[in-house]
Order: sequence, then structure tokens, then C-alpha cells
Amino acid sequence: MDGLIWILSLLDSMVRLAAPLFLAALAGFYSERAGVIALDLEGKMLAGAFAAAATAAVTGSAWLGLGAAVIAAMAMSLLHGFASITHRGDQVVSAVAINTIALGLTAVLANAWFGLGGRTPNLEAGARFGEITLPLAETLRPLPLLGPLYAEVISGHNILVYIAAVLAPLSAWIAYRSRFGLRLRAVGENPAAVDTAGISVPALRYQAVLISGFLCGIAGAYLSTAQGAGFQQNMTAGKGYLALAALILGKWRPLPTLAACLLFAFADALQTRLQGVAVPGIGEVPVQLIEALPYVLTVLLLAGFVGRAVPPKAVGTPYVKDR
Amino acid sequence: MTPVPPAAATAQPWAVELVGIDKRFGPVHANRDVHLQIAAGSIHGLVGENGAGKSTLMSILYGFYQADAGEIRVRGEPVRIKGPQDAIALGIGMVHQHFMLVETFTVLENLLLGHEGGAVLGPARARARRNVEELERDFGLEVPLDAVVADLPVGVQQRVEILKALYRGAEVLILDEPTAVLSPPEAQQLFRILDRLRSQGRTVLLITHKLKEIMAITDHVSVLRQGQVVAGFATADTNEQELADAMVGRKAVLTLDKAPARPGAAVLTVDGVTVTDAQGIDRLQDARFQVRAGEIVGIAGVAGNGQSELLEVLAGMLPFSHGTLTLKDQPIGPGDGYDAAGARRRGVAHVPEDRLKLAVVKAFPAYQSAILGYQDDRAFSPGWRLDWKRVVARTAALMERFDVRPRNPLLKSSLFSGGNQQKLVMAREIEREPDLLLVGQPTRGVDIGAIAFIHRELVALRDRGKAILLVSAELEEILALSDRILVMCGGRIVGELLAAEATEGRIGRMMAGISGDGAAQAPAGADA
Repeated sequence: MDGLIWILSLLDSMVRLAAPLFLAALAGFYSERAGVIALDLEGKMLAGAFAAAATAAVTGSAWLGLGAAVIAAMAMSLLHGFASITHRGDQVVSAVAINTIALGLTAVLANAWFGLGGRTPNLEAGARFGEITLPLAETLRPLPLLGPLYAEVISGHNILVYIAAVLAPLSAWIAYRSRFGLRLRAVGENPAAVDTAGISVPALRYQAVLISGFLCGIAGAYLSTAQGAGFQQNMTAGKGYLALAALILGKWRPLPTLAACLLFAFADALQTRLQGVAVPGIGEVPVQLIEALPYVLTVLLLAGFVGRAVPPKAVGTPYVKDR
Repeated sequence: MTPVPPAAATAQPWAVELVGIDKRFGPVHANRDVHLQIAAGSIHGLVGENGAGKSTLMSILYGFYQADAGEIRVRGEPVRIKGPQDAIALGIGMVHQHFMLVETFTVLENLLLGHEGGAVLGPARARARRNVEELERDFGLEVPLDAVVADLPVGVQQRVEILKALYRGAEVLILDEPTAVLSPPEAQQLFRILDRLRSQGRTVLLITHKLKEIMAITDHVSVLRQGQVVAGFATADTNEQELADAMVGRKAVLTLDKAPARPGAAVLTVDGVTVTDAQGIDRLQDARFQVRAGEIVGIAGVAGNGQSELLEVLAGMLPFSHGTLTLKDQPIGPGDGYDAAGARRRGVAHVPEDRLKLAVVKAFPAYQSAILGYQDDRAFSPGWRLDWKRVVARTAALMERFDVRPRNPLLKSSLFSGGNQQKLVMAREIEREPDLLLVGQPTRGVDIGAIAFIHRELVALRDRGKAILLVSAELEEILALSDRILVMCGGRIVGELLAAEATEGRIGRMMAGISGDGAAQAPAGADA
């Protein structure tokens, strides 16, 4: 029974860790499918995390924090869009600039407003997204296998996890079954075809980066007001880049991207549990090596274990009407 | 909704009428006071040289650009077309020279784009399928609706474009150089479709520079020169010579005088040369042929069938994986480090297909573009640095000999017209008196006057006993210049013909990969 509890808690961790990663990866999905490089996920997420924690700390409301996170991240998106869509600037430069701005600005503002050395105050339970117990969780628990799975792994997460879970099939539906999705995929492949069809390329791309900002805001709020209890300097710690890796691994499709996020999260969850554990035959593995596990996995997978990933053809290229 | 005909018009109004259209791009006056009337249910040809303003005019009609002055009338009604969506709403469709298709989408998805008929695709998709199938039947356009566009041959992709325009309700269809990417049989099929469109009352505007096509399919033709409509004819009342004269504004020379070739020894022997790309696909497969001194060998084929790779291999720009090149009795294998500089040392000169990418540096003054590839020549650098005075003097002499206008070596390369840039490149390469000249698309984007000049220079070089390998997408050019013709299809040389036995039909069939022609199985290194 100990083994089962261990596995269930591992899966539970996986879900918690996967949610923000997937929200960010989905943000990247909308942006890159529209042809705008989403290297700015990291910065937008960080801005969202700070805005959420700061607002929640002041107002005591997690939901207001979420609203502020979404607004902050969307503002960052607009900046990226303004540089790369309106002014046709280099999207990599613009995205990296956004990441740098977010990293510096959040620390400076946190210090200026709260004087805690770049942190925000610890959030009370009411200013955070608490765990939700799904209906019948306790009633079903006695069922063999499925009961504990439902009670431990599926139930007992905060609302943002469930939002992320709903967004996966919803995004797949939007991408492949809706008019917006058709246009979104088209503008990332051949913006000239979209233009000649009488649809505005910049409008479509702005919509896409705004959605990207919206989702990054949720991901950021998740880090500081659901998973954590306050903002810390550089608390995204590369999750934005990991999300981008998951997007690539998922070949720019929502459901495979979800699978990639779950895989990364699983490796991460496993990693924390393996620290200090003696592996039979090898002995205790150094912590650093274990911590590197998710990243080693990323590199190995991206290096070609999953076949060739073909990005949207127009990603990174500004659209210039050229006749 | 029915447009009221203007009082003056007794018959039906024009499908499209352009009145005094004027458009400038900075100092370039692209369209000057253009008046054009297109009869409904007709095929109207628009001819003119590159830069005459045809594409600008059509882009204005399709809403890509706004005219500075003038009026557009559709079915007699003055309209404002602020963007493609206005044009589509007015029943104007356009098939661009470079297709506007999303290659990863299916045909049906491409048709739906911008015309989805609802926020949810499911029901719209089913409705579209029925409508499109009806259109396909009406116009004889056979297109597999569920195929992914990237997997379709170019000719079929073009039909998708036509279908797309019709599905969006086009009554007037603009086609911009539609046959540039087609093999002759595909072009024939396109013309049958256009004919069908006309018989069903649709109007077609055909932009082309191929006068044969104008004569074959159009009812009326307008000639543009320097942004102005300089002539208009009923096609039945005119001929190619008259149209060509109108295009250039003087007597155009359409025929080329050329004595029979007197070939000498082989300068180049290509034996089993194969080029494999990164995906493992053979771009050029087992090429075998010879080019002899004093002959022009033409390579015919639809663009993208291995001609470019062949030319680049011979020029030392692309490594090959198998086979041997023999240049003046010296064999070269895949691992021998044959490169562009090595090619020049061996007496090979190259006029590349893509002039602006490979032959000149746009930002350089002409005198610098005029020595590219030969910059190490001791004549230019007696000491350790380039003697620019000599280079400029040399360029001035080249410009004189090859009639490059304006005769200003200091002018930036990009400011010369396509024809004059090409003459400068030709001059640079021919002046070296190479043993073998490789020429790709020598007259692409070149005006008629310069075409005749370039053709005469190529024949003159041949008559001086040099070997020339010519790659051109223009079948007429291949037929006019070549002494021997090789036809390529799918990376292979599929046939070889002597100039005397070559006809457009025969070559066309080979280009399309239709075998059954006796010459399609030419032996390796034939008649060496």
C-alpha cells in the first residue's frame, strides 16, 4: 500500500507542476501558430506572477491578483506585438528584451513597494487559490485503484489546474474546428494567403499575442498565488523556456503539448523524490545530477527522439506586403 | 442591387472599367492615366514588358494598392476598393503568380479561409464541399478536396487558386503570368479551363508576356508601356509582331539569325552526376551528357526539375555525391573540392539564374558588381590592393561594348533595369572568353530589346568556338538558341533532341514526364 501512496503522490505532484507549464506552453501555441516567436513566455509569466502576488497582497483577493496578472502579461504581449507586428522588428530580440525587462522590473518594483529584498509579503490563505475537493471524492475513495486516483490525483487541486485541464481540449477544438483556429494556423504558415483572402494579418496576430499574454498571466498567477504564497525574484526560473520546449516537443499541437508538459512535470516530480534516495546498485546519486533530470530529458527528446518538428513556416518573419 | 447602366451605354456595361488610374511609388511613375475597358464574358490580355506597370495595375484592381488618382467601375458602378475584401465582395478574384495557398492545409481548408460562413467550421465545411463540387463540375476543374496542398503538383495548385476565386464568387478573374510555372500540357489544360469560364459568362484578365498565349486565347489585348496603355486591339486584328512593336515602342526583332553549329571537341563531359539533398532525395539523378566547343546545349524543363541543381554543380556551387565531371580532359570527382573559384580557373563562366541573389550585389556600384568573381585578377590588383581606377575604366569599356545603360560605372547596381543588370553580368562573364559558359534564365525580367541583344551575344560566343550550356524556363528561348536540347523531368535527363527535330509539342510532352516519345531514351553521352 505504501507503494501505491508513493505513486499517487508522485502523480499528484506531476499534475501540480504540469499546470503552469502547460498554461505557458499553450500561450506559446497561440503566439507561434500565428507566426510570432514566443520566446517571451518567461518574461510574461514572471510579470504575471509579480502582478498577481502584489495585488493579492494588497487587496487580499486571489481573483483580483489573477486579473492583475492577466493585464500585466497582456501588456507585455502588446509590447512584443508592437515591436514585431507593427514595426516588424526582430522577434527574438524583442522577446529577449521583454524577458530582461520583466526580470529587472519585477525585482525593482517588489523592493520599492514592499521593501522585502525583491519578494512580496507572504500571502494569507484567503489571498491564494486554495484546493478544491471535487464532489464525491471521499465517497469514492474506497473503490479499488480508481477511488484513490480520483481522490488524490484528480481532486484536491486549485481552480487554475482545472482551468488548464479544460483549456487543453478547448484549444484543440479552437485550432481545428473553428474559424479563428483556421485563420490562426493560416497566418502562421502563409500570411500572404490570409491577406489576399481579405483578412487583416496584423489584427489576427495581435489577437493571438493577446491570448498568449492572457494565458501567461494565469500561469504566472499560478506560480505566486496558487503553488507558492508570494512572489520571489526570478521565480519562473526557466519555466517559460521549458514550456517552449514542450510546445516544440508537442509539434505545436495542444494535446501532444499537454503530454509533453506532463512528461516534464513527471520528471520534475520524480527528481524531488529521488534526492537522497539510494538507487540499488549505484548508491546515492548526487543531488545536482538528479535535479538536472528534467533538463537532460528535454535535451534528449528535442535532439530527435520524437522525429522532426516542423515549426509554422512564417514564425519569426514579419509580414511585409510585397507585390 | 442590379447596377444601373450609365445613360450613354446602350449595351451591357463593361465588366470592369479603369478610368484615368494613376499611381506613383516615390520617383517611379508606375501607372500613368490608364484607361482600360474589359468586356463581360471575354478574355482580355494585358501585355507589357517587366516594369511596364501590369502588376501594379492589377494590384490596384484587387485592392492591394490604392490609386493616387482615377476611378474603378465594376459593372458600370463606380467603386472604391480599399482592400482584397472589397475586391472579393465585388466579385473580383485574383490568381497570383506565387500562389497564395497555405501548403499545410487541405484544398478544402484553403477554400474556406476567409469565407468560412460561420464561427464553427463543421457545418460550413459540409456546405462548402457541396458548393465546391458543383463548381468543379461546372468548370471542369478537377481537384482532390481532401489532399494536402503541398503534395499536389503545381498545375493542380493553380487550379485550387482558380477554384478558390470562383468559390469566393469571382465574376472577374485576374491571372498573373499563370503559365510561368506550368509545363506546356498543363498550360493547355489551363486554357481549356479559361475557355470554359468564358463560355459560362465569366470575365478573365490575363497578364502575360508570352505573345503566343495572347494570340491563342484572348479576345482583346491591351499593351502597357512605361505605365501607360499604348495600344489596344481585338486579338483577331493583330499579330505577335505588332504587339511586340507596341510593347517596346519601336520595331522589335523577334527572330534570331543563326548559322548551323560546327561543334568541336568535348569541353564538358558529365558522367553519372547525382546530387542528393539533406532529406536523401535525389535532386539530380545520374546526369550524363556532353557539351562541345562551338555549340549551345539547351536544358528544357519545368522549373524545379533539377536544372538549377545541374547548373550549380557545374558552377562549383553545389557538391555532388556521385559521378564524374570532365572539364577539358580533366576528371573531377565528388571529393575533389571543385568550387566556384576552381570552376573559373578551369575556364568556366557562370551567369546564374537568380541575378539579384547570385550575380550582382545590389548595394554595390556597377564597377564593383562588374568584377565579382574576378576580383583577384592581377589586372585589377597589381600590388596588394585593388586599383579602382582601372576597374572603373574597364567597366566603362564593358558597358560600351554591351550597351549597358545608363553608361555610368559609379551608379548603384540596383538602379539599373533588369535588362541592363543582366547585360552587365553577361559582359563580365563573356569578356573572359570562357571555354564553357553556363547560363541560367538569361532573359528573365529582361525587356525585348535586351533579349535580342543577349541572344546575339550568346550566338556570337558560340561562333567563336566556345561551349554554352543554357538553362531556361522559356521554351521559345531554348528552341531559338540551342543546337541540341536536353529535357529534364524529376531530376533526370529524360530526352535529347537535335534542334532540327525539336518542336514545342515534343519537348512539352517530355517536360511533363509523358514518355512514349522515341527520343526519351537517349543513350548516355549521345553522339559524342
